[in-house]
This record gives sequence, structure tokens and C-alpha cells, in this order.
Amino acid sequence: MGNVFVSLLYGFNFYLFGLIAIASALLFVTRKSPVAAALWLVNVMFCLAALYVMLDAQFIGAIQVLVYAGAIMVVFLFVVMLLNLGRGDADSDMRGSVGRIAAGAVGLALLAEVMVLARSRFPEELTLRAAQGLAPVDVTAGVIGPIAGPLFNEYLLAFELTSILLLTAIVGAVLIGKKRVTDAR
Amino acid sequence: MLAESLALSALLFTIGVIGVLTRRNAIILFMCVELMLNAVNLSFVALSKLHGVGGQVFVIFVMSVAAAEAAVGLAIIIAIFRHRQSVNLEDINLLKG
Amino acid sequence: MQTAPLVTGHPMSDTIARFAWLIPLLPLVGFALNGLLSLHAAAHPGPADPSGSDDDHDVAHAAPAAHDHDDAHQVARHPSAGLVSLIGPGVLALSFAMTLAVLYQFGIADQAMHEPYVLTLFQWMPAGKLSIDVAFQIDQLSLVMMSIVTGIGTLIHIFSVGYMRDDPGYPRYFAYLNLFIFFMLLLVMGANYPLMFVGWEGVGLCSYLLIGFWFSDKSNADAGKKAFIVNRIGDFGFLVAMFLMFANFGTLSFAGVESAAAIVPMGGALVTAICLFLFLGATGKSAQIPLFVWLPDAMAGPTPVSALIHAATMVTAGVYLIARSAVLFSMAPVAQLTVAVVGALTAVFAATIGLKQWDIKKVLAYSTVSQLGYMFVGVGVGAYSAGVFHLMTHAFFKALLFLGSGSVIYAMHKAYHATHSPEDAQDMRNMGGLRKRMPVTFVLMWIATFSIAGIPPFSGFFSKDEILGAVFARTHGSTLAEAQWLGIPGSLVLYGVYVLGLAAALMTAIYMTRLMLYTFHGPSRTGEKEATHLKEAPWIMTGPLVVLGVLSAVGGFANVPALYGGMGSQLLHSWLEPVLGRGTEISLGTEGVHLSHATEYLLIGVAIAIAVIGIVFAWLRLKPDALVPAKSAPVEEGLERTLLHKWYVDEAYARTVVQPTLGISRTLLWKGIDAGIIDGLLVNGSALLVRTVGWVGSQLQSGRVGTYAWVLLMGVLSVLSAFSFR
Repeated sequence: MGNVFVSLLYGFNFYLFGLIAIASALLFVTRKSPVAAALWLVNVMFCLAALYVMLDAQFIGAIQVLVYAGAIMVVFLFVVMLLNLGRGDADSDMRGSVGRIAAGAVGLALLAEVMVLARSRFPEELTLRAAQGLAPVDVTAGVIGPIAGPLFNEYLLAFELTSILLLTAIVGAVLIGKKRVTDAR
Repeated sequence: MLAESLALSALLFTIGVIGVLTRRNAIILFMCVELMLNAVNLSFVALSKLHGVGGQVFVIFVMSVAAAEAAVGLAIIIAIFRHRQSVNLEDINLLKG
Repeated sequence: MQTAPLVTGHPMSDTIARFAWLIPLLPLVGFALNGLLSLHAAAHPGPADPSGSDDDHDVAHAAPAAHDHDDAHQVARHPSAGLVSLIGPGVLALSFAMTLAVLYQFGIADQAMHEPYVLTLFQWMPAGKLSIDVAFQIDQLSLVMMSIVTGIGTLIHIFSVGYMRDDPGYPRYFAYLNLFIFFMLLLVMGANYPLMFVGWEGVGLCSYLLIGFWFSDKSNADAGKKAFIVNRIGDFGFLVAMFLMFANFGTLSFAGVESAAAIVPMGGALVTAICLFLFLGATGKSAQIPLFVWLPDAMAGPTPVSALIHAATMVTAGVYLIARSAVLFSMAPVAQLTVAVVGALTAVFAATIGLKQWDIKKVLAYSTVSQLGYMFVGVGVGAYSAGVFHLMTHAFFKALLFLGSGSVIYAMHKAYHATHSPEDAQDMRNMGGLRKRMPVTFVLMWIATFSIAGIPPFSGFFSKDEILGAVFARTHGSTLAEAQWLGIPGSLVLYGVYVLGLAAALMTAIYMTRLMLYTFHGPSRTGEKEATHLKEAPWIMTGPLVVLGVLSAVGGFANVPALYGGMGSQLLHSWLEPVLGRGTEISLGTEGVHLSHATEYLLIGVAIAIAVIGIVFAWLRLKPDALVPAKSAPVEEGLERTLLHKWYVDEAYARTVVQPTLGISRTLLWKGIDAGIIDGLLVNGSALLVRTVGWVGSQLQSGRVGTYAWVLLMGVLSVLSAFSFR
């Protein structure tokens, strides 16, 4: 009985966060002000973090909040503030109605094709339920251990390359972002 | 919940695409791309329940790439803004050969 | 195929003849040296060649370079003139001496040289089974030609030293002249058709260069171009003939073709075609109908050039070509008859035009065309040695006539130059009474006139008589007489040719007497002031004239008809026998042709009578006293005008050939195909296509990320749909 309740609650929460994410995403793309848009996107990310937790990816959920919602989106907001773009230029920012309808059509077509492909290619995956077939969570390993293992063994090279990528990004960002001496002349 | 997760992922991705297609503000465009990346991350996480933790590792990589992209991209936007006093993509055609 | 008989073992191979390659080489060296001097002069301006500095138009056009009237305004001579005068005629004299030495070796040889001496220098074009050597064929025929070329050439070179004395292009002139001799020797010495063709083309080139020697005058340059283009038509025939020979005989050497020709069917289509194409080549080079139009215009060149190239040597190359291919032609009676008919028609046609020309050189030019027609009649009827004989005597007397006229023009030009008169120095209406002023030239010119008119015992009489006799003799029993020409029996054709030949002889006597009368007799029409300046040319010019005069007078004794017997009887004929004998025999037919002595005497009598009638008629009819100078002369009417305008042949060609060609070239080839299709459609069209595609591409490359995103999405959609609908 308790299991059923947990399952119901789980399903309710899952749909709840999913619907909030969709609504926030729609609000995000329709906001004219960059600040408002950024905040709605942060909302989407929070919802996704919750979904990650519900999908037994607690660590990912945590760094979703830390990195995405915390760091990246703050940088976005920071740039918006820095460039004083808080009040969006409504006239030119959004495309005309023709462009929007076309974009919507393209989006729907994309969605439809993905659905068609998914149904024809991976029927068994899609019919699986959460309770079925999923590997039981190894409680003794905690939530970080199962990720850290492959990350520092199988994917060590990729991990190190990521560090180089980040370093490059830092150097690049500094170099591009700083005022050039030549510009002043 | 796998099918629902994947459906949600596809929906969010499509919303991101529509955003990219409709918006002209470079920063919002970037955020739309971030939304698309998040949607993909959701797919990874959902499928990691089926195929092991590799998907979650990938999410970490995607996040770091997204962070790097945000840093460089925003730096470029700042640099362009200094030149043109605008982040509207209609005004920017530097990709022209 | 055998390219040549073995060199070793030939009796000539250990005599001086093995150095015969020196004969053409010497003029080539002369060309190189004179050419260098000319270039040097062009690089160091002074009294320079117009090719170096085009500004001095008047000096460039100082035709007979006669600026030094009484040293009043002496033009500074060319700086290297002395050296050039030594090299130019010098190399020729050496060549001539060498030729004489080889000739002597042939003459004293124990046995008659029945095999030609072929001197192979190196292999030129080895191509499959065809092998073409650079080889010189030295036999009786080529020796005669070599002697004429180098001998007359030497005389004319010496004459040129005086005639061109003060021309700014003096070294260039001798360079061209030496080059011409080189190519001419290549032509007559080559042991195969391709080598002959090289010489053939080379003399055409030199002819072009020398006709347009004073190229700063457009009409001169045009005359050169005309000669060059008309000759190309003939060369096409020569080339086709060579292709046919190679395709069917597999060889192009004279010896090979001769032995191959002996086994083809008599009068077959192949051999007839080859001969007709060869004859087309000959009509171009030797100015026969229909390609004669270039030769009169070629008189735009310096007069010694006219004498050497356009009278004595180059234009006779066609006759030489046919004599060289004697066996080939004898196998094709139809082609022979064509040659004879065309030759006879040309002889008459050109003679009619010559009757009415006022330009002294034009008269001689048409006379040359007419005499060349005679030669073709000779070689056409298979009397090859007679044709070559006339070629030789013609070289003597026509060179003399041209050089004599050059001497006259020189004097006239000097006179007009001294008084700064703009009158035409070549118009006979401006001459008259020159016999007192230029006695040497006067006497020598009359010798040449008697010779060309056919008065015995001058050289032209013998050769012309030989040709006419040969035509008459072949009207019965020869292969020619038995052949059909355009459905007409050959004997009838030959009678026609004979009558035409007599008519041409009559007119020749008339127009030559007319020339002499108007030039040397009667009162002077030069103008009172000018007449005092008229005087005989210097000895360096009259000297060669005297030599040629002697040759014109006695040259005929080289081949006295057998009728008279004696020492010189048929000398040239029997000399040429090893080369031309077979061809002559074939066309004489199996029965042989014999004229009774009575007939021969009759023919000779007729020929002499016609010559005398012509001269006397002209002497009595033409009144030089009634002539007025060119500037006040009335306009001719009727037939006279038609003749003066050369039967309007040039105009007819312009209407029927030149203008349609130009029209087609301009409207269809140039504006239609070149400008329209090639330039417009292909060149600009492909450019437009590329530009359009590029424009479309560049429009895609707007540089706007938004556009790129759309395009990217479209691509993603198409790829996904490709997957989903597979």
C-alpha cells in the first residue's frame, strides 16, 4: 500500500516537474526581456534537477543546480546586466509572425520525425517502465561513487581533455573579452 | 518513467530549436542552446537507468562543454557589443566570407 | 622503301661533290652574318633600317636608293655596308664556284651518270615505315637549276650592291636575299618532296619578305600578303599530293616515287590526282591561271628582287617540280594536257594584259607569267628538257630585262629625285629617248627583247621553238594525243595549245617592242629639267647586265636542235637525258614521234615569221612621238581599259572569293561563331553561369547566424526524414 502511494506520489511529482519545465521553457522563449527569459530558464533547470533526482541521478541533479543554475546562468545574467540589455528590444528581437509560424512548423516537424523514428527504432526501450528492468541502486556505493568510477577510469582521457578544454575556454574568454590595446588607438 | 522523460526531452529540445529560430538576441539565442543541451542531458540521464552510468558521465562532460561554451560565447558577445553596440544577430554578419 | 641509292660506290662520292652541302650552307651563313649586321644596325640607330626606326618614312621609300645627285645631298651609307657588300655577293660567288666544280666533275665523268648522286646528311623524320632524310640529290637536272640559281643569283647580288646602295635597309636586304638563295638551293637540291617543300615554303617566305621590303608603305605590305596567301592555296595542293604519295607509295623520295610511279596503271585516277595536285602547287608558285594574280603585285619589291625571285628562279620552281616528277606526269596524260592547256591559256592571257600596261615592271611581270606559261606547255606535253631549256634561257633574258628596267628606273628615280618631281619613275609614258642617255642598257635590252621575241640566233628563239616543235610533234602518236581531255581528243587539244603558243609569241613580240619603243626611242617625255640628270648606271650595275646580255645572246646554243647538227646539237637535252629521259619516252608513246625535216623547217619558219611580224607591226603601229607624259595622258576606253585593268581579274576575285570570304568571316565566323557562340555563349556564358551560381551561394552566405540556423535545421529535417521514410 505504501509502495503504491510512493509510486503515485512519484508519478505525480514527475509529471508536475515535467509540466512546470515545459511551461517555464515556453515562457522562456517568449519573454522579451533577457533577464526574465534567463530567470525562466533557471526555473527549467531547477525542474530538470528535480527530475534527475527522481531518475536516481542525485549527483547530476546537484551539479545541475550548482553549475547550470548557479554558475552558467549567473554568468548569462551578469553579461546581460553588464551590457545593460535588461530591457529587451522588442521590435527587432523577435522574428515576424511568418518567421514564428515557420519556426513552429519546423519544430513540430522535428518533433514528429523524432517520434516516428523513436517508435520505429526503439519500441522496446519506450515500452519499458521504470520499475521494470532498471538496475537496482547500489546503496552501499552512495551516489557519487558509481559516477566517479567510470569517470576516472574508462573516461579518464576524456576527462583530462575536458580540463584542457576548460583551460582553453578561460584563456580564450579572457583574450576575447578584454579591451584590446589596438582598439584604443 | 523513461518514455515520459524522453518525450519531455524531445519537447524541451524542440522548444529550444524554436527559440533559436525565432529570437535574434544573441544572449537569448545562447540560452536557447543551453536549453537544448539540458534537454539532451535529460535523455542521457533517463537512458542511464537502462544502460548504466555512462550516460551520467556524459552529462558531466556536456556540462563542462556548456560552461566553456558559455564563457567563450559570452566573451565574443561582449567583444562584438563593444564594436557594434548591439547583440542583435541581424546586425552581425561577421561569418560572411 | 629505298630512300636513296647507295651513296658509297657512286662515282661522285670521292670527288668534290661530297662537299655539295656547302653550296646551300654558304648563303645560309651569309644570311646569318647579314642578319646580325642588320640587327646590330637596328639596335644602333643612324641611317637605320626602317625595321629599326619606322619614323623615316621617306628614306624608307627611297626605292632605287638614289639620293646622291652630284653629291649634293649624299645620304650617309649604312655603317656596315662595306662588309655587307662583301658578304652578300661573296658567299654566292663561292657557292657558284662550288656548283661549277661539281658540274665539271659530272661533265668529265667517264660514264654517263645514270644514277643521281644522293648525299644524305642525316635522318630527319623517321616515322614508322616512312623515313625522310635531309638529303641532297645531285644530278643533271638539279645541277642545271643550281647553276642558274647561284649564277644568276651572283649577278643580281652584284647588281644589287649598286641598286640598293643607299637604302637604309641594306644589310636586311642582303640577309633576305641570301636566305632566299639558301631556300632555293634547298628546293632544287632536296632529294625528296618534303625537303623540296621546305625550300618551297622558304622561298615563299623570302618572297613575302622582299615584296614587302619597303613595308612602311601599306600597298607594298599588302602585295607581300597577297603573294603569301595566294601561294598558300597552291601549297595546299602540294601537300595533298605529298599525302597521296605517302599513302599510296609509302615513300616521298624522288627515287622511290619514280620507281613506284612506274608500276601504277597508266593514266589511273591516283596518279592523275597526284599530278593535278602537284600542278595546283605549281600554279601557285609559278603564277599560272588561276593563281597568277600575285606576281604582278609582287613588283612592289626592289627590282633586283623581281629579277631574281619573280622572274629567274623562284617562279620557275613549279616547272622544276613537274620536271622532277617527269615519270609521274608521263603516267597521267590527262594531267599533262591540263598543264599544257593552262600554260598556253596563261601565256596568251598574260600577254594580252602585257600589251597595255604602262608600268615598265608590270609589262615584264605579265611577260614573266606568259613565259612561265610557255614552260608549262613544254613540261606539260612531256618535253621536259625543252621546258627546262626555256626556264634557263628565260632566266637569262628575263633577268636581263628586269635588271635593265631596274637600271632605267634607277636613272629615272635619280632624275626625279634631283628635281624633287613627284612623277612615277616606272611609268613608260614618262620615259622615252633613253637610248642616248643609257646606251649600254639600250643595247642589252634590245638583245633581251630579240631573245624573248624569238629572233634567231638569240637564246629565246631556240627554247621557244623547241617547245612549240615538241607540241606539234606530239599531236600524233604520243600518249597525249591519244588521251581524252574533258572529252576532247588530245591531238585537238595539242593543236589548240600550239595555236595559243603562236598567238602568245606574236603578242610577246609586240609588247616587248612596245616597251622598247616607249622607253628608249622617240622624244624624251621625262621633262626638260629632269632629262639632263638621266645617265647610265655605274659599272657595278651594268657589269652584270653585260654578262646576262652575252648569256641571252648565246645561251640558246646550249641546245641547238638536232636539225642543224653540229657541236652543240641537243647538248642540254642529252645532258638531262638520265633524269628526264624516261618521262619523255613514256609520253612519246611506243611509236615514237618523228617530224620530217621539212615540217621542222616549216615550223621554224612560222615561228620566226611571227616574231618578225610582231616586231615590225609594233614598230610601225606604235608612235612613241604621240605619247604624252602620264600626268596628262587621256583615260583609256573600251578594250584598252579592260586590258589595263588586267581583264578585271583582281576585281573578279575580290567579288567572288575575297569579299564572300571576308563576309563569311565577318558575319558568320567572327560575329556569329566567334563573338556570338564562343565569346558570348561559351566564354561569357560559362562565366555568367559561374557568377550566377556564385551569387546564389554568396546569398546563402549572408553571415547571419539566424539564416544559418534555419538552413541547418532544414538539413537536419531532411536527414531525419531520409531515415524515417526509408
